[in-house]
Amino acid sequence: MADNPFGDVQPGVFPTILTETHADESTQPFWDAANQDRLAAPRCTNCGTFRLPPEAFCFECQQREVEWVELPGTGTIYSRIIVRHPLHPGLAPVVPYAVGVVELDGTQGAGARMLVNIIDCDPETVAIGDRVEIVFDHVNEEMSVPRFRPTERRGQADEDNT
Amino acid sequence: MTFKDQAAVVGIGRTPYRKRGQSYPETEMSMACAAILAALDDAGLTVADIDGFAIYAHACDPATVAATLGIPEIRYAASVTSGGGGSAGALGLAASAIAGGLATCCVTLMSLQQLNRRLGGTAVGGMLAYALMSEGGGSAYGRGGMPPSAAFTANNGLLSPGHSFSMITARHMHLYGTRREAFAEVCISQRDNAMKRPMSLRREPLTLDDYFNARMVSDPLCLLDYTMESDGAVAVITVSADRAKDLKQPPAYIMASAHGGTGRWGPGIFRYCQTPDKEFASSGHRPVAKRLYEMAGVRPEDVNVALLYDHFSPLVVLQLEDYGFCPIGEGGPFVEDGNIRFGTGTIPVNTHGGNLSDAYIIGMTHIVEAVEQLRGTAVNQVEDAEIALVTGGPASLPVSGTLLRR
Repeated sequence: MADNPFGDVQPGVFPTILTETHADESTQPFWDAANQDRLAAPRCTNCGTFRLPPEAFCFECQQREVEWVELPGTGTIYSRIIVRHPLHPGLAPVVPYAVGVVELDGTQGAGARMLVNIIDCDPETVAIGDRVEIVFDHVNEEMSVPRFRPTERRGQADEDNT
Repeated sequence: MTFKDQAAVVGIGRTPYRKRGQSYPETEMSMACAAILAALDDAGLTVADIDGFAIYAHACDPATVAATLGIPEIRYAASVTSGGGGSAGALGLAASAIAGGLATCCVTLMSLQQLNRRLGGTAVGGMLAYALMSEGGGSAYGRGGMPPSAAFTANNGLLSPGHSFSMITARHMHLYGTRREAFAEVCISQRDNAMKRPMSLRREPLTLDDYFNARMVSDPLCLLDYTMESDGAVAVITVSADRAKDLKQPPAYIMASAHGGTGRWGPGIFRYCQTPDKEFASSGHRPVAKRLYEMAGVRPEDVNVALLYDHFSPLVVLQLEDYGFCPIGEGGPFVEDGNIRFGTGTIPVNTHGGNLSDAYIIGMTHIVEAVEQLRGTAVNQVEDAEIALVTGGPASLPVSGTLLRR
């Protein structure tokens, strides 16, 4: 589809529709790390609470200062949907695709989460409880889109046990 | 000191309901005015009596309505913020304005015409249109107009309210074993209710086979779990309890009304990153329900009929839990056991068909049905209905609820 407004799309991979980060000082370190294939998140220096997406104030103690912490980039799928209906004709070759809420390892049980496209698998099989790892798509000099891919399948583990 | 029982809904009015886009050449303003005049006529009041607008989602511009209809003086004009979540809560604005002496007669309304503008498509339109424009080198907002948080959400493929509520539903199914059969029962019971109502838009029979044969839109939600989109306007009139006694219709007293929700739910349904774990698989209504029952001095078992906002069928199940009709996590079996059926269930739900089968006027039809149930004039009349619950949302905060009594 040469005339697809989303460009050269792939099944299961939601295309990058926002190619600029529109970053400010509270989000730029995330994108700097992403450009180097690292997942970094801001942690409140006062109370230790992570906040993603990065915001200017801590929702626990209202302080502004953060330290940027490198996370392992792994996590567990907390919830997920499988989008079957393309909301735009250009998305027809993309569906079905999976979108998940991923709870990130290394966030001290604070449950810092990311809302991401789950790729490199059959979307229909993506399940809550699957272990996933981050992959960055380097779109351009400023934007590296984070997506996750399964490493250990809850459904697969169940099958192995039977 | 609350506004409990100090105000009552005394008039209801509506235009015909039509499928999306079919109300043209009417306009949202002309339909709003027609609904207001019908509600005034129902109450036995005139345009000269209106002095307040207690609305939600900025449903209309009160200045334009007042100029169009010749309302002599506006003394109150306020809107619950956010979207459909404020529908039931707008009655609380009316009651508090009247109890506080700011106004004497408030109109609450919604007018909806979805020709090019589609509520369900807002996120798509906004995000995609922006992205396409920026590819072409231009931006609707100018560089810097997009909030820094957008880059964390725009590229993940979550594009619409249906996607968002699927995410909540999937978590609930995982935690509690909730089945699609429960969502089917919501759809089918409400369709059965709508089939008996000439004004309802969806009246063809709906079976369990139909439900399971419907195409998946965003798993776990299928096409039938989604509300329809429709055109039309609905208005209701609220006055003080004292004045209500002398008007044409039996009053529907506002026992309690609340809007809001847990702060960190916030815009959570479109971002998920802030929603507290204990409330993720909920409708977000729990704190509102608690305040509602406290103000009214009643319990869930005192409610005779529940008009629960149903943009997506699973959220009816979750509201039944959050409003205490069954324990948290047991909404699925509760529904599957037939508890929400008109005529036989323990708590009849959406006796008018709801957004799913009656019409989608963003929650206003639920208020009208509550009032008709308390007047004893509903098509699917719950015997001796004394107390009705009506809700708005779930959505971004605020969500809302109101308890009405006859």
